[in-house]
Amino acid sequence: MSELNSALEHPTYNYKVVRQFAVMTVVWGVIGMLVGVLIAAQLAWPELNPGVPWLHFGRLRPLHTNAVIFAFGGCALFATSYYIVQRTCQVRLISDKLAAIHFWGWQLVIVGAVITLPMGLTSSKEYAELEWPIDILITVVWVIYAIVFFGTIAKRKTSHIYVANWFMGSFILAVAMLHIINSLAIPVGMFKSYSIYAGTVDAMVQWWYGHNAVGFFLTAGFLGMMYYFVPKQAGRPVYSYRLSIVHFWSLVAVYIWAGPHHLHYTALPDWAQSLGMAMSLILLAPSWGGMINGMMTLSGAWDKLRTDPILRFLVVSLSFYGMSTFEGPMMAIKTVNALSHYTDWTIGHVHSGALGWVAMISIGSLYHLFPILFGKERMYSISLINAHFWMATIGTVLYIVALWVNGIMQGLMWRAYNQDGTLTYTFVESVAASYPGYVVRVIGGGIFFCGMLLMAYNVYMTSRKDVEPQPAPAAASAA
Amino acid sequence: MDINDLRGLSTLFLMVSFIGLCFWAYSRKRKNTFDEAANLPFAEADAELNQRTVQEEIQND
Repeated sequence: MSELNSALEHPTYNYKVVRQFAVMTVVWGVIGMLVGVLIAAQLAWPELNPGVPWLHFGRLRPLHTNAVIFAFGGCALFATSYYIVQRTCQVRLISDKLAAIHFWGWQLVIVGAVITLPMGLTSSKEYAELEWPIDILITVVWVIYAIVFFGTIAKRKTSHIYVANWFMGSFILAVAMLHIINSLAIPVGMFKSYSIYAGTVDAMVQWWYGHNAVGFFLTAGFLGMMYYFVPKQAGRPVYSYRLSIVHFWSLVAVYIWAGPHHLHYTALPDWAQSLGMAMSLILLAPSWGGMINGMMTLSGAWDKLRTDPILRFLVVSLSFYGMSTFEGPMMAIKTVNALSHYTDWTIGHVHSGALGWVAMISIGSLYHLFPILFGKERMYSISLINAHFWMATIGTVLYIVALWVNGIMQGLMWRAYNQDGTLTYTFVESVAASYPGYVVRVIGGGIFFCGMLLMAYNVYMTSRKDVEPQPAPAAASAA
Repeated sequence: MDINDLRGLSTLFLMVSFIGLCFWAYSRKRKNTFDEAANLPFAEADAELNQRTVQEEIQND
């Protein structure tokens, strides 16, 4: 009888869709990062571009970015947002069916990308390469996601909407708006369309989309993750709930204006460039608000870092977040941008955010989630998580340092003049000088990728019903 | 009065809303509400709940 009562009072949750998305996060993570390592190797050793066009760098590069952002990052966001919204609203998702349609619809989108991008079918808009039939499918799936998420919030049992849900909600709304406006196009065939915008306006709409994909997909969404899993793993509430409110509204108000810094010294009007630069500089404050809030949640619990590799993942991801949100505003300054733009520095900056922040906060959150989703006490092997942590950290650092060196060197070589006004270096000399950095990048990315393989193995072993988790390593906790 | 006055006013409007937001968030009156909200991730008994959810799923499958 008491069991029945508790079952009525506390509804059980839909963990199935969370588990599906969580598992696919690992699968797409492995695939997306493998393609990343391959194209990094193609840059270091051009012989790796075979005669077949489907495997050429130019076609695999958008496949890599789409796979890691929308397949790996997307699945991580869907898994965690569905988990967080149920647990902090204390109700089950409003519809299991719609959630299932969301899951399978999104996998269909990804499969569509995996097929069309290597075929060379692209709208040529960065991070929005997919052609119009897939764009429409994305819109439908996204509306279903919004219905499930906001519908669940609407029938919550708690009076307050927890801050993580605010971040997730802003991510869902903003991405819907960005995707629809930037993807407006006139189809001229089944797989060919032209943007309704022309020239500079098209470029501005594209980078308004592009930078807010960073701001709302890769930042707001993952901050939502941070606001649930960091307090949970640290075992204490967030440092300042008030700061979280102030920095949430500042972040969503300011991010939307930063796009023009992608178009410094182009045909975009100068005032728009300066506006983008000023807004990017202001963005440092709300970004660091989130970073400080996450870090300070650990005050008084710093000793847990010594024994808990999951918490280490979460905290180091916050350090990378703080670092890349300092680097970003700095690179948005026009004089700095004159050196950094079009060089490898930009790609290094993206990866300090993507590997260091996005991937590591997701990996940490998933290591927290998987035991819950598989009904286990903990992950199969804690020492494998620890190994993964070090591989991810070392891989990221190698990657970004290599591209800092390359980027600054390229920027300096391109702007070097002789006394008579001629260029000191030809372009190909800067390419040749970049070779060592490209090799180091392959090594760093490769180490990060191997860490993901450890994760896949660990998740598989945790999922098996006949395998017990290994005993927690006493030696590691003493060390 | 032209469009530029409106632009200036919008800056003022944003500044006032930001300061208002800070006062709202940091007012003493709301401290208890926010403390409660901050503890939402810890409101439920995890172990029992998670176990029951997973068991129920196995039964349903």
